[in-house]
Amino acid sequence: MRGGELIRRKRFNFKEGFFLSLVRTLGFTGAIILIGILFFIAYNGVRVLSWEFITQPPVDAMTKGGIFPVIIGTILLTFICMIVVIPIGVTTAIFLAEYSKRGFLLKTVMMSIYTLAGVPSVVFGLFGLAVFVVAFRFGMSLIAGSLTLAVMVLPYIISTSEEAIKAVPYSFREASLACGATKWQTIRKIVLPTAMPGILTGAILGTAKVSGETAPIMFTAAAFFTPGIPRSLLEPVMALPYHIYVLATAGTHIEETRPIQYGTALTLIILVLLMNLLGIILRMRKRVKRAW
Amino acid sequence: MPLPWQKKEKAVELIVSAVGFISVIILLLIGSFLFKEAFYVFYKAGVLKVIFGNAWYPTYDPPSFGMVPLIMGTLAVTILTAVMAIPLGLATAVYIAEIAHYRVKEFLKPLIEMLASFPSVVLGFFGMVVIAPILSNWLSPILSEKLPELLRSTEIPFISTSLADFFYNKLFISSGLNISTAALMLTVRAIPVISSIAEDALTAVPRTYREASYSLGASKWETIWKVVIPASVSGLSIAIILGIGTIIGETMIVLMVSGGAAVVPLWIFDPARPMPAAIAAEMAEAPYQSLHYHALFGVGAILFIITFVLSLLSDYISKRYRAVRIGEKV
Repeated sequence: MRGGELIRRKRFNFKEGFFLSLVRTLGFTGAIILIGILFFIAYNGVRVLSWEFITQPPVDAMTKGGIFPVIIGTILLTFICMIVVIPIGVTTAIFLAEYSKRGFLLKTVMMSIYTLAGVPSVVFGLFGLAVFVVAFRFGMSLIAGSLTLAVMVLPYIISTSEEAIKAVPYSFREASLACGATKWQTIRKIVLPTAMPGILTGAILGTAKVSGETAPIMFTAAAFFTPGIPRSLLEPVMALPYHIYVLATAGTHIEETRPIQYGTALTLIILVLLMNLLGIILRMRKRVKRAW
Repeated sequence: MPLPWQKKEKAVELIVSAVGFISVIILLLIGSFLFKEAFYVFYKAGVLKVIFGNAWYPTYDPPSFGMVPLIMGTLAVTILTAVMAIPLGLATAVYIAEIAHYRVKEFLKPLIEMLASFPSVVLGFFGMVVIAPILSNWLSPILSEKLPELLRSTEIPFISTSLADFFYNKLFISSGLNISTAALMLTVRAIPVISSIAEDALTAVPRTYREASYSLGASKWETIWKVVIPASVSGLSIAIILGIGTIIGETMIVLMVSGGAAVVPLWIFDPARPMPAAIAAEMAEAPYQSLHYHALFGVGAILFIITFVLSLLSDYISKRYRAVRIGEKV
């Protein structure tokens, strides 16, 4: 009797240990792959990265020189995209969190945001091509690319802002209304300032997402080569992700430009991950600081 | 007669509500422009011929726009990726939500989140310069030459001949750019999407469920497997659906590493041209308003419909079972 019980418990422990360690191992796979790729790109890219590399334009059919206009292009695309998307996204979030009433209309809005979030990035590229490049006559340009990226990142900005606004305790609003403030005054003076760190975190993480996107700008903004930084919104730009793609797949100097490809990839990763890190740290600090 | 401040309040409400509807308008615009531009190819070449045609030769004369090779390419890559990404993504979620120590969790969660916004063009680049050479220069000789030799030398009936021949024929990887390489890199892309949504679903399971399970004498794994996972199955299925949506729509990885041949892939080391790759690769060459241009919009429209259906499906599940809040997709 006792022996049988012992054997059963032993088997049982084996199963327990097996599955727990299996999940533990698989659970780390993503993180290990991330670190592996990071180290590989960093190891190969760091030899290229220098002050000259990030401040000089490409020369000799892009086989030599730096990536200055490429970096500026990505920064401009991302910056304009954010200027467009943050007001719209935050206002939509205010609508969803404060003004909307349950019913068909709200359902429609929620459903479209949800659906937009799932649309593939290349389809946004097609949309940008048909609407901004062709119908609005912007051509392949900085503004067309920024708007396309803005449309793509809109659902993300909305959902992070809405979450931040909804996290403001209801008693804050009640206190403000009790002081005689109107609803809009309450939102502008109490709710938005309190939700601002959360909104900013979402915006920073959104910026990180946008700056790494390639497919939406392929047909709307990205140029193989431009002589310098763009002087107007209607000029095409070079961008880091597209630069990597073009150098790695097109042309006759693929092997020759390998170091530049690694350097560009490393620059992009540093940009994206720094932004991510900033967002994550902001969020952690907010969680620690929150007093209510 | 409303007071001035009342007028202002009303005006603000109107403006905010109007802006709130922009996303609806954008979605309608995306749908209408895609279908408007796609209509011509379906009209000119015939809906059935386009969707069920098995030859994608857009630049031939006369051109042929059968989308079956592209659709099958997407299907093959998606299935291969799903087989790897779903277990890995769910395991990551279970580990973070149920097993990991608090400190490990604080470290692992941001890392997975970083992986989510890792630029896919860098993943494609990594697949090109690392995974593809490993497959064709290192794995292929071992699997298709060394292994059959070893098997033949054993002289065991059946195994020494048939299996050796099978390895020799089927595990020879002529090019590292094929659907397996694409699936490997897509897995990296899909893990964080699946795991972050699944993790929310798991954390939403009330603590009392776990406590009841432990108090009945269940072990940790039994609690996870028989209580927590069944209780969150709707949220987990949403994670899987949205993960699959991400895989189908991911462009840069399939564009760079899936090989690019517009043929139906029949084996895991065959090249393919999934739908997003076809759009991205050919749009630059397709003359504006040509039939090819419209055909690529047609491919985009089909992609849009697929992801739309997946969104509706996951929305239906979340409404029905109230598991994951809307809009939390990574």
